[in-house]
Amino acid sequence: MGVVLVDAGGTNIGSVRYALQRLGVDAALTSDAETIRSADKVILPGVGAAGPGMARLRELGLEALMRSLTQPVLGVCLGMQLLCERSEEGDVACLGLIPATVRRFEEQPGLRVPHMGWNQLQRRREHRLLEGLVDGDWAYFVHSYAVPLGDHALATTDFGGEFASVIARDNFHGMQFHPERSAKVGARLLKNFLEL
Amino acid sequence: MLSRRLVPCLDVRDGKVVKGVRFRDHVVMGEIVDLALRYRDEGADELVFYDITASPEGRSVDRGWVERVAREIDIPFCVAGGIRSVEDARAVLHAGADKISVNSPALERPSLIDELAAAFGVQCVVVGVDSLRDADGEWRVRQYTGDPTRTQALARRTLDWIVEAQQRGAGEIVLNCMGSDGVRQGYDLEQLAVVRALCNVPLIASGGAGAPEHFCDAFLEADVDGALAASVFHSGAIAIPALKQSLAGWGVEVRT
Repeated sequence: MGVVLVDAGGTNIGSVRYALQRLGVDAALTSDAETIRSADKVILPGVGAAGPGMARLRELGLEALMRSLTQPVLGVCLGMQLLCERSEEGDVACLGLIPATVRRFEEQPGLRVPHMGWNQLQRRREHRLLEGLVDGDWAYFVHSYAVPLGDHALATTDFGGEFASVIARDNFHGMQFHPERSAKVGARLLKNFLEL
Repeated sequence: MLSRRLVPCLDVRDGKVVKGVRFRDHVVMGEIVDLALRYRDEGADELVFYDITASPEGRSVDRGWVERVAREIDIPFCVAGGIRSVEDARAVLHAGADKISVNSPALERPSLIDELAAAFGVQCVVVGVDSLRDADGEWRVRQYTGDPTRTQALARRTLDWIVEAQQRGAGEIVLNCMGSDGVRQGYDLEQLAVVRALCNVPLIASGGAGAPEHFCDAFLEADVDGALAASVFHSGAIAIPALKQSLAGWGVEVRT
């Protein structure tokens, strides 16, 4: 029932919850497998590193459950990265739902990592998640690792080269930026997810 | 392309936004959430809330208002002042702040930066640096600048501290150039450019903004990622929408 936020220890979970409240949705914060399984929509937020993030899902006994979900799932920031096959961050296996390996931004002159601040989204594929999004819309990013381009990329962003900033495969979706901190653009994309 | 950030800084005392010359002559300007929403609507890219009483008094930031801001605001915000431990930081981050900024407590105990980065990731950890040029020409850091009666000049060179803070896990540096602070004659471009060359994480300029051109210079000449200002925004002397328009005209990437 309803929308649930998977409590895997990310510090931004409160902010995501408030963003949903601003859209009129009261999401339950849970790490209970049955509550997650029976939810209409599942959001996996996350701030931190891939290794501890996966370890936490495993400790909570949620790893297999996350893979088996059939309702719309949204990973935010680290949550999106955990949907992928692997992450270079600590070289850990992730959930394997999106065929991609999360890579660290390569050092380049003038490229300051972490990628922190407002950057633009470019649409790559038509998808209901992107409804109302215009090329060049701004979103707020904070991350050092990114998902490369591929069939999963719904939208891309340029930071010393393009990376996938919105992804989807089957019922699994991800946003690398923080929709809860991306003003109207973020609110619209969260609303789109709630309406999938 | 990544935009340059405009960051209004709001001084908070006892749960209200105040203005004054640091510890003196404070006037209550309004409710935190109201002012935060006003800046959000005007197009501020990020907000910094600085608890001006917390650090010198050795107490933590009251987290009640942090949660109120987090509920209402849909742009990122950072909380500074009085964060001296992982537990202090956790309370503020869990209340909904996106980042925490440490200054004097990190000078007292530099390993605080390592602990915060390990606990929350470098992206949450901002190190604020108050810096002043001494008579011998060296820039050195100052501690407890929130209270003029307690401010101390340290032997630590600003440039050494910038390097060390990054090694320890600072994900962003806010450089407050005290020599230019409060006089509205422009950011300290010389110092910012020197620090920029040593700073591989985002760098935010602070101290000296008085005119739109000053922001442009900080972005184009000192190549900072963000510019922080207080009084010119609070007084209305510079309106953010007009400032962004000017900056865009000068070739600075801004979020519109």
